[in-house]
Amino acid sequence: MSGQDCAKDISATIVAAAAARTPLAIHGSGSKRFLTGAIDGAALDVARHRGIISYEPTELVLTARAGTPLREIEAILAEKNQMLAFEPPHYGPTATLGGTIACNLSGPRRPYSGAARDFVLGTRIINGQGEILKFGGQVMKNVAGYDVSRLMAGSYGTLGVLLDISLKVLPRPAREITLKFEMNADAAIHQINAWAGQPLPLTAACYLGDTLYVRLSGTDKGVRAAHIKLGGEHDSRSDAFWQELREQQLLFFAGDTPLWRLSVPSAAPLLDLPGNWLFDWGGAQRWLRTSANATEVQRAAGAAGGHAILFRNAGRPAPAYPSNAIASRLASELRRAFDPSAIFNPALSLT
Amino acid sequence: MSQPLPSDTTSARLPLRELAQQLRRFLPHAALLDTPEDLHPYECDGLSAYRQLPGLVALPETIEQVQQILRLCSAHRVPVVARGAGTGLSGGALPRADGVLLSLAKFNRILEIDPLNRTAIVQPGVRNLAISEAVASQGLYYAPDPSSQIACSIGGNVAENAGGVHCLKYGLTVHNVLGLKFVTIDGELVTLGGKTLDSPGYDLLALFTGSEGLLGVIVEITVKLLPKPERAQVVLAAFDDLEKAGHAVAAIIAAGIIPAGLEMMDNPAIRAAEDYVHAGYPVEAQAILLCELDGTNEEVSEGIAQVRTLLTNQGATEVRTAKDDAERLRMWAGRKAAFPAVGRISPDYYCMDGTIPRKHLATVLKRISELSREYGLQVANVFHAGDGNLHPLILYDANKPGELERTEELGGKILELCVEVGGTITGEHGVGMEKINQMCVQFNSAELTQFHAIKTAFDPHGLLNPGKAVPTLHRCAEFGRMHVHGGKLAFPELERF
Repeated sequence: MSGQDCAKDISATIVAAAAARTPLAIHGSGSKRFLTGAIDGAALDVARHRGIISYEPTELVLTARAGTPLREIEAILAEKNQMLAFEPPHYGPTATLGGTIACNLSGPRRPYSGAARDFVLGTRIINGQGEILKFGGQVMKNVAGYDVSRLMAGSYGTLGVLLDISLKVLPRPAREITLKFEMNADAAIHQINAWAGQPLPLTAACYLGDTLYVRLSGTDKGVRAAHIKLGGEHDSRSDAFWQELREQQLLFFAGDTPLWRLSVPSAAPLLDLPGNWLFDWGGAQRWLRTSANATEVQRAAGAAGGHAILFRNAGRPAPAYPSNAIASRLASELRRAFDPSAIFNPALSLT
Repeated sequence: MSQPLPSDTTSARLPLRELAQQLRRFLPHAALLDTPEDLHPYECDGLSAYRQLPGLVALPETIEQVQQILRLCSAHRVPVVARGAGTGLSGGALPRADGVLLSLAKFNRILEIDPLNRTAIVQPGVRNLAISEAVASQGLYYAPDPSSQIACSIGGNVAENAGGVHCLKYGLTVHNVLGLKFVTIDGELVTLGGKTLDSPGYDLLALFTGSEGLLGVIVEITVKLLPKPERAQVVLAAFDDLEKAGHAVAAIIAAGIIPAGLEMMDNPAIRAAEDYVHAGYPVEAQAILLCELDGTNEEVSEGIAQVRTLLTNQGATEVRTAKDDAERLRMWAGRKAAFPAVGRISPDYYCMDGTIPRKHLATVLKRISELSREYGLQVANVFHAGDGNLHPLILYDANKPGELERTEELGGKILELCVEVGGTITGEHGVGMEKINQMCVQFNSAELTQFHAIKTAFDPHGLLNPGKAVPTLHRCAEFGRMHVHGGKLAFPELERF
């Protein structure tokens, strides 16, 4: 397996930065910079720390360095008919594994198979003191010590630099089809949640422009039997649709109107907000193009039992997350426990 | 057992008798126990070899009471050990003589079932199986199924990140919990997650799951429910060689099949189980595999045919498909009764819980049998083969002088072997008190220091379940010396990835 291990080099940079209290802006390929905008600090390039370290198809485990391009990983998995079952969005041709895990990004399969964090088995990281630490491992079950590896998922580099990541991988289904159903939004939310409560081989569900798109995956006969049960019109360009949804390349995502991501209970009734909607994740992830003000959007999401963030933010500072004071204090303490000198992406607030 | 009592001491500022008086101001009389006969039932959890009478036992009924108890304990620096159903196998709920045992047994209500969102909100004392029973009429169930599911509580499941036989396909507790409410040591109530698939900020839900009661006291849990599969079917395959059985497991996975359950038993385990429940196991086999598939009717039919062919091609001496649900349950009965079955043939047994990469199974089992001979103690192995979680059962007699100590030493050796091949000292039972020394083998001092820093962020005075799960560096230094003296393990920097 090729690539290079830059752990010692990166560690030395961190030790020096901690001593001088120099803020570091961790970056891989930059494909997800739009999520946070530019971050102040000396650039710490982790994309050069790259390469697949091991891949054992019969163990369902792959370990790769954080800078490894997602494309490279997906290609080697495809050779063995396996996949990253959280269907990570790339948001660009150069996306790395490290960025994907640091942002905990997951695609349409997420509600049915799990998020990026669910597939993380182990990590090697560098904390804010430059120490190289290993947590978790390469086995499916491991409860020794706190689950630091999963904590790293979605921490946007504020707790440490991800070096290596071990992931659980899964076989690709033998067959996938997409069915289309015309219905209104209320009916779609109800229908997809009702189906999700039945033993059906569902692996994606999206509602866009009066149409509910449902993906079925499994064995040939299993998928066919489910199709007969559900009815609906077979959509022949299904792979392209789900990929364009995942990569935000559908027409819905074009243009300058602010794009909000609302994470709500999947069966939450329609929210009373102006704008255009796209429902993914069977209703649990709802995209909204709206000019409504931030408070209004966040309040509506909160009232539905969820939260909202401005997603494609064009570098403007993101509005603060609604959170309570105790949780914020604990998050700050936790951050300090990993990065006492406050050098990792200090401008980013996750509290 | 030569019990490793929590070594670090806390310095309570208040005698427990005075604390009891203060607790009685808001707790009903029956909710605070302090006489030896009342304390006795709480002296151990499922690992009964470790015993310690608690100083006090508190049985709060409301979140407010939990908050008040923790506030008082925090103010007076009194250690607190939370306890669910007490079925844990690692001594995680072992009490402290100088502390309060906080039982969540009265938090036993299911607060809400939301069939359309497929969630349930439950109190921590609710039994694991009770959740699935409560939602069965909706066609739903809660997936993680530790073998103690009839008795163990969901709060304990979260604290330990409990597993079960269906983990490979359906995940551990951490994959099936959406939200938590916990009380900090200062008595503050914090909510994590909810019915959504994610929350802003750090994934404290993941950090809390499996934290063994060291970070906070869980008082409410939102779990994810799944639709019950249309059909489940099991195949039993016998092998005359353990290695062939191991290859058969790899072949099933390589073919793109993710079984709902994939279990292996070795000959001593097969014989013990067969003698006990008469499951119809082939007692001459060196290994049997139980492979269960679930899903829609069509998927299961296709899969079973494929699995049968794979098993035959891998050299199975016999392949048997359960004809009906009664036979399926009978096949499982032997596996599920493996622990008590071994309990029948030996005065005592000690259950280990290592996880290994499956490819090393043959090597590990061979080394275990060598160790078994070396120590003169029989070992039976049951194995969650799908996810590499090995449960060696060491047979011993506590009444024979020195056998207990030899058993414990053998157990430690087996766990170190798991680490050596790239695995872990605990797959699903937790570290607790039991595996505290082996943590020094799996983690180096910088990693342990990071764990302690996390603990301090939540519990600055180290009052929540002190001395468990994460060893002090001092303890590891002593443990290391002990091993060097024994001349068996020089404490090398082991490769863990």
